[in-house]
Amino acid sequence: MNAVEIQNLTQRYGTMTVLEDLSLTLDEGEVLGLFGHNGAGKTTTMKLVLGLLNATEGRVRVLGREPNDPQVRRTLGYLPENVTFYAQLSGRETLRHFARLKGAHTSQTDHLLEQVGLGHAADRKVRTYSKGMRQRLGLAQALLGEPRLLLLDEPTVGLDPVATEDLYSLIDGLRQQGCSVILCSHVLPGVERHIDRGAILAGGRLQAVGTLTSLRQEAALPERIRVSGVVDRESWLQRWNAAGHIATPLGNDGIEVVARGDQKLDLLRELLAGETLTDIEIHQPSLTDLYRHYMDQASEVTA
Amino acid sequence: MNQIWNIARKELSDGLRNRWLLAISLVFALLAVGIAWFGAAASGQVGFTSIPATIASLASLATFLMPLIALMLAYDAIVGEEEGGTLMLLLTYPLGRGQILLGKFFGHGLILALATLIGFGCAAVAIGVLVEDVELSLLMWAFGRFMISSTLLGWVFLALAYVLSSLAREKSTAAGLALGVWFVFVLVFDLALLAVLVISEGKFNPDLLPWLLLFNPTDIYRLINLSGFEVGSSAVGVLTLGDDLPISGWLLWACLVVWVGVSLLLAYWLFRRRVV
Repeated sequence: MNAVEIQNLTQRYGTMTVLEDLSLTLDEGEVLGLFGHNGAGKTTTMKLVLGLLNATEGRVRVLGREPNDPQVRRTLGYLPENVTFYAQLSGRETLRHFARLKGAHTSQTDHLLEQVGLGHAADRKVRTYSKGMRQRLGLAQALLGEPRLLLLDEPTVGLDPVATEDLYSLIDGLRQQGCSVILCSHVLPGVERHIDRGAILAGGRLQAVGTLTSLRQEAALPERIRVSGVVDRESWLQRWNAAGHIATPLGNDGIEVVARGDQKLDLLRELLAGETLTDIEIHQPSLTDLYRHYMDQASEVTA
Repeated sequence: MNQIWNIARKELSDGLRNRWLLAISLVFALLAVGIAWFGAAASGQVGFTSIPATIASLASLATFLMPLIALMLAYDAIVGEEEGGTLMLLLTYPLGRGQILLGKFFGHGLILALATLIGFGCAAVAIGVLVEDVELSLLMWAFGRFMISSTLLGWVFLALAYVLSSLAREKSTAAGLALGVWFVFVLVFDLALLAVLVISEGKFNPDLLPWLLLFNPTDIYRLINLSGFEVGSSAVGVLTLGDDLPISGWLLWACLVVWVGVSLLLAYWLFRRRVV
């Protein structure tokens, strides 16, 4: 059974189309990154999966049921963007209130507060919490009742690097237990190691979806080879630029050369045969590069 | 049912925490005692006069106060949760919109009921203990009826507050609307009714006019509390129309309950249509 199944989903507000013909599935135990600018349709997608909106066209199934099924909601955790809570309650009281509403054991709350690093502030009023602390409380709230599906909207906003790392390792752990996760994010660096697949939304349309490897193949973005310890740098640069490669000097004795498609191995072989190199680095296109590539593509289509 | 109680419980503990309950109870107790002892000061007397006079004064005061307190307590019930960002979260929980609304109503309703019981109850006890040769059974009956009807009046305005709160996009709008509703039902309605009486010069069907009182919950409330005393009807203004109303006391109570039910249904309908 798929954790989430979205079929030909279209959402319109009046004459404005915010989502167009979106189809997407999420397997059990899979972590999907949902990326896109503001207004790309990420939050709308989330709201449709949460059953807060009714789709204009198309179908959404969550854990094999309708999204607004109470059974689904008991096994679903949601962290909204910029989460806020009742300012007058303490962290512990907040979590207990939500645990009761979710039908989760209130004994779970203390453990969760420790897990997200709020144990020391559990009895302080939420009013006094920093943005990062509110975000952690929001995360603890999403984890109530051992969810099978987690929807996290910008979970790392306001978190310091250590807390961000903690969050990602938490997600890794949940994935191993079979929990499916949809992760919306603007912050691309660092997230790539923790997602199984990425989906890129722009202008309400799905631009690309797949594993990072398949996205890289599909985008065919060049890789960059950086070498150092080149003795005869000028002649390499001349030869490669004449052959149509883009090669630039790097540092004292280094070269950066752009390798497209299957040129990478040929270029390396050539270099290794003619030089005694001290170092080689190969830079694959990052998630940020991929994102930019698909965004450019999307804006070319609309332009 | 469990979920409704979970929501109600939070509202109740909020009411205790921010001392709403304490404040309302205190205001009620002070006013009730003050009116009981100094209500007749205008006629040159100080001290307890009579139960009907006390209840009449209290009822006319509660007519102003109770709707105001109920509206203040509940005007931000929905729109406040939305502005605070918690409404969307609540709606992703295994929790229907009707349950949220009913939970809030039970929570706020309980606060009002408790405040009425504590505030006016204390006053009743004070009168019973301090005033000599007061007719205890009449006192209990009159105060009981007064407290229950006051609570019901409060509930009507709680429900009306939810209607406004489901309708308004911003908290300040809801507050403004609440003030408007208070103004219309407590002040404007009776004046308008009087104006109709005067301007129509009797051409308006006189059988129809008394029924118009039922369109104002505060008038129903006053009719309930002014009736039943044999000694000197203290009805004034438009309420004298109530004497012509061919319906019994129980129907007046039923009308208040209908006001609560219809307002709650309207609030539910509006809340369900609200896009989060």
